Amino acid sequence: MRLILLIAVCLFSLGSVFAKDAAPLADDPVTEQRLISISEEMRCLVCQNESLAGSRSDLANDLRREIRILIKEGKSDDQIRSFMVERYGDFVLYRPPVKPVTWLLWIGPFVILGLGIAGLLMYLRRRDSSLPNVTLTDADNQKIDALLNASDKKEG
Amino acid sequence: MKAKFLIPLILFVGLVVFLAIGLNRDPHEVPSPLINKSAPAFEVSQLADANKTFSPASMKGQVWILNVWASWCVACREEHPVLVELAKSQIAPVIGLDYKDKREDALAMLAKQGNPYLLSAFDGNGRVGIDYGVYGVPETYIIDKAGVIRFKHIGPLTMDLLNQKIYPMLSELKKS
Repeated sequence: MRLILLIAVCLFSLGSVFAKDAAPLADDPVTEQRLISISEEMRCLVCQNESLAGSRSDLANDLRREIRILIKEGKSDDQIRSFMVERYGDFVLYRPPVKPVTWLLWIGPFVILGLGIAGLLMYLRRRDSSLPNVTLTDADNQKIDALLNASDKKEG
Repeated sequence: MKAKFLIPLILFVGLVVFLAIGLNRDPHEVPSPLINKSAPAFEVSQLADANKTFSPASMKGQVWILNVWASWCVACREEHPVLVELAKSQIAPVIGLDYKDKREDALAMLAKQGNPYLLSAFDGNGRVGIDYGVYGVPETYIIDKAGVIRFKHIGPLTMDLLNQKIYPMLSELKKS
């Protein structure tokens, strides 16, 4: 009796596990695949550190629904992207287009890297020339040998 | 060569200035690409009467304000007295867009807090909001006589904003 009860409880709790509502999916996996590939490249405007594919915000849900409709209407990826940009600006794209306003964004890091390398080279060159050029005399070499031998003996 | 010790200080000050600018900006205020573009057309039912519709085309020839709001939005409640003030000034008609809301909740809120809107369009599923690039209610648009969006504000309106920006802009637009 107890076993039956236990099984029944297990089954019921299993039911509640499966009852979690799933996100609405398009009927065909092809549409869903395209939706994910497009929306992973887009920012959710409500939770700005999430992609449109990953966000659970209400707006992200609506926008995914909207993109699904566009896919079903046979729109190309570029058309869908411009649909989003027309409404929310370049900010929705994780890869902003290269244009005069975004030049600094695209090239800036390389400019800074270049400046860093140039600065390092300049510093190294200057340090090189400022070090005194010393030539060792025979007496110096004998001194060095003596010191090295002494330390060798100690270790031995 | 003596000023060399100042270089780190100058770099540091530069960094502080950059960070100060960055920290004082609201990352949620994304510039709208709709500024100086025609207000997207739509036709939806009115909040108070589901049998009547509203379309922005009917506002052609006058400067008007579109305010996106919802009964579930806390900042809208904060903004509400300012809107009432704006409506009282009668400088321009204020049209509401009730965004992703339930009719009865929205009507109850207006009954309780006063209705600053000439009328409210009802956007229950948020479809119109998407065309207007709405991502955080409340949002406010100023639309000119030709139906072009001239200004957008994200977040609650304040009396300061009304006096310093919106009133001057409205009277400027009405002249042209």
